[in-house]
Amino acid sequence: MSSNNKTKPKVAVFKFASCDGCQLSLLDAEDELLAVAGAIDIAYFPEATRTMLKGPYDIGLVEGSITTHHDAERIQQVRRQCTVLVTIGACATAGGIQALRNWADSQEYVRTIYAQPDFIQTLKMSTPIAEHVPVDFELRGCPINKKHLIELISAMLVGRKPNIPTHSLCMKCKRSGNVCITIARGVPCLGPVTQSGCGALCPRFGRGCFGCYGPMESANTAAMTTQLRLLGQSDEEIARAFRSFNAWSWQFRQASEEAERA
Amino acid sequence: MDTTLPSVGSQAVIDFPALSALVSALRRRGYQVIGPTVRDGAITCDAIEKIEDLPIGWGDEQESGRYRLKKRDDSAVFAYTVGPQGWKRYLHPPELPMFEGKRDGEAFQILRNPPSPPQYAFLGVRACELAAIRLQDRVLIGDRYRDPAYQARREGAFLVAVNCTQAGGTCFCVSMGTGPRVGAGFDLALTELLGAGQHSFVVEVGSKTGAAVLAEVEHRKARKEDVKAAVAAVDAAASQMGRSVDAKEVRDLLFDNFDHPRWDRVAARCLSCANCTLVCPTCFCTTVEDITDITGEHAERWRKWDSCFTDGFSYIHGGSIRLSVKSRYRQWLTHKFAAWVDQFGAHGCVGCGRCITWCPGRIDVTEEIREIRGVASPA
Repeated sequence: MSSNNKTKPKVAVFKFASCDGCQLSLLDAEDELLAVAGAIDIAYFPEATRTMLKGPYDIGLVEGSITTHHDAERIQQVRRQCTVLVTIGACATAGGIQALRNWADSQEYVRTIYAQPDFIQTLKMSTPIAEHVPVDFELRGCPINKKHLIELISAMLVGRKPNIPTHSLCMKCKRSGNVCITIARGVPCLGPVTQSGCGALCPRFGRGCFGCYGPMESANTAAMTTQLRLLGQSDEEIARAFRSFNAWSWQFRQASEEAERA
Repeated sequence: MDTTLPSVGSQAVIDFPALSALVSALRRRGYQVIGPTVRDGAITCDAIEKIEDLPIGWGDEQESGRYRLKKRDDSAVFAYTVGPQGWKRYLHPPELPMFEGKRDGEAFQILRNPPSPPQYAFLGVRACELAAIRLQDRVLIGDRYRDPAYQARREGAFLVAVNCTQAGGTCFCVSMGTGPRVGAGFDLALTELLGAGQHSFVVEVGSKTGAAVLAEVEHRKARKEDVKAAVAAVDAAASQMGRSVDAKEVRDLLFDNFDHPRWDRVAARCLSCANCTLVCPTCFCTTVEDITDITGEHAERWRKWDSCFTDGFSYIHGGSIRLSVKSRYRQWLTHKFAAWVDQFGAHGCVGCGRCITWCPGRIDVTEEIREIRGVASPA
């Protein structure tokens, strides 16, 4: 189907509250970029091209979380225009780092930061796309792995299941032959509760996993918390560890709130 | 130097510097020598080019969920206990390309088969690991259907075993009947003797190839006192086991305790992270991934280590059949200590203790079995 232009799917890229890092990973796919451009029809991608073809689209890639009334309405329109809707990254999938506002008074932030707070209209919460519309596939990560994006598109083109792991990061460390930094050096690491996908970048360089890919398929955060305590982490540190890019995923949210209450 | 070829079953002695000649002799024969080396805070199995790469003067301390390198006050080479991963990653690689294909009209072509693997010489295979290799031989090449990838690596491999003279905090090979003295299946077996101004190795010849390699290394015939000292050193290790398990009737014990409350308690602590299975030297499960590229013209098939602790492992039509962590842990432990006996005629556990040391949830198989036995049979 690759050489048949008739069947090239129309792809659109939409941005909500985010840093643009995830959609840039599509442009960052240097070696594969020409092949990607040959296989799909990029119909709407304001960050990359002035060409803006009207919907409907076969595939919509959605980056960012919902933080304003306007975006809450816009995502409904986007959903209506896309046959398949894929969220890309931690913001779209879990609310992003900006979901930290969900535990704070966002109006206070507005008053502190903006000279004219009256001009700012924002929601109290930063929420993932799936809280607003049905999502067909969630691509995790902060940012996403460009190889995953290409794998996902390649899989959709031929109608197969994408090979995107949902198991723990530990599996990647073990397959790569990394020595476990928690066991051998006592470094706190969220690897056991975090979904694989980054290639175990941090543990490979002696840093504990930050949880960029969010909770793995069967994350036992209570057991993780117990182990972090045994490694000498305070409840405050544990709450903070769970409260990063995927803070609003229910598993990490629950873990951080339990640590905070402890 | 004795120039006649040592016979299989004979014992010789080499001095510490001759270890270097042993490594050179193996390399001259085209082997890629894999042995212990200090890397990233642990003694791991990696490529060895010279004896300085070996963990001379290093040891370790191991406990549930804890491993620490420890400098020793001597220059022992093999006084460490087993590290984070064993020889499995060389014989049964974690990520293996199986083939690559290209679309050809309505059909497809196989582009190239993977290159033949290197010939490995493993330096420092412990008794428990040798037992694990024998178990994997049984599973992967010991029956009607053989795994050619394993077979190619295994058949060319030269094994230099090492008798343990020091046991670790999570070791229980004595309970499983696999060590610390190496059994059959090695080419050469070393026992390190250190002290009273001497540093040497008693070498037992296990194969003709082993004899030929030893002939290239300066050695002398072992005297009675050398052999006696070696036996005593290994006996000392046998008395140092950090863990023990009552393996007697453990098969029936586990089969009879499918609903034991302990499974719930261990599930609460289990992270389902799969570390235990991936460090286990006998766990052999893999998954297969088919990949197509963006053009849809190229495809690859990869085989990767899998684990019975993942959702995908038990996925069949309609979903995963082992959704709870409880069912996964029970499956793993029961397979190792019970179902394996029915399938392959031996326990699937060799007592190396890796699953205890490298579990970030500090779960200890020996404790789990003890708990199940304790409550099940109060006597």
